Amino acid sequence: MMGIISCKESTRLVSQGLDRELAFGERVALRVHLVICLGCRRAGRQLQFLRRAVRELAEIDLNTNA
Amino acid sequence: MPPAADFRAQLEALRPYLLRYASLQLRDAAAAEDAVQEALLAALAGQAGFAGRANLRTWVTGILKHKIVDVIRRQAREPALPEEAEDGMDDFDGLFRRNGHWAERPAPWADPDGALEQSQFFRALELCLERLPARTAQVFMMREHLGQETAEICKELGVTPTHCWVMLYRARMTLRECLQQTWFDR
Repeated sequence: MMGIISCKESTRLVSQGLDRELAFGERVALRVHLVICLGCRRAGRQLQFLRRAVRELAEIDLNTNA
Repeated sequence: MPPAADFRAQLEALRPYLLRYASLQLRDAAAAEDAVQEALLAALAGQAGFAGRANLRTWVTGILKHKIVDVIRRQAREPALPEEAEDGMDDFDGLFRRNGHWAERPAPWADPDGALEQSQFFRALELCLERLPARTAQVFMMREHLGQETAEICKELGVTPTHCWVMLYRARMTLRECLQQTWFDR
């Protein structure tokens, strides 16, 4: 269903992939884009890192550095 | 100290931590105080439920999460938070060119795992979170901090799933940019 996608579209799909299951066509389009796009690979990793960081924020004791 | 007073003192010692936790989520000092107070009272009343559990803080934080969701649900009914522009992703105009390609390719982040070991990094992250528009931040925190499913969040806040995804996307991209500038580019 999706052909060539832009970086804007690719980051949108990476983000939605964290919230819902992507459709087959979306997954394929995203994968193809990531293979050729270094910027989106980096941004994708960074968005996933963000999730880890915010989860850890919930765990650490913020008072120790308040 | 008798056991009951001891338990109360242990709970009281957690109050500052719980307040920070609730404030991150609610952005309203009074609402955060209320949620924490309710959670502490519920914890006191439910002391038996704690018996034998390893970590008091984890247990109380679990109670607090429910109280926070209650507050958010109440707030959603009163239009207290200003509604933000619902137009797609136009705020990313600077980030992407007209054809949807990066205006400037994202730089790699050096040692993100190492950042997670540093308390200053979490401080930077908190500052970035505080800069998000209130409603966007709330959706993002419900998703990532409270770990709720998107469908639940949309229902609590009475917004469509599509709008939820847009807000989450916007929050993540804005935070990515903010951390880039305030932490990784330093």
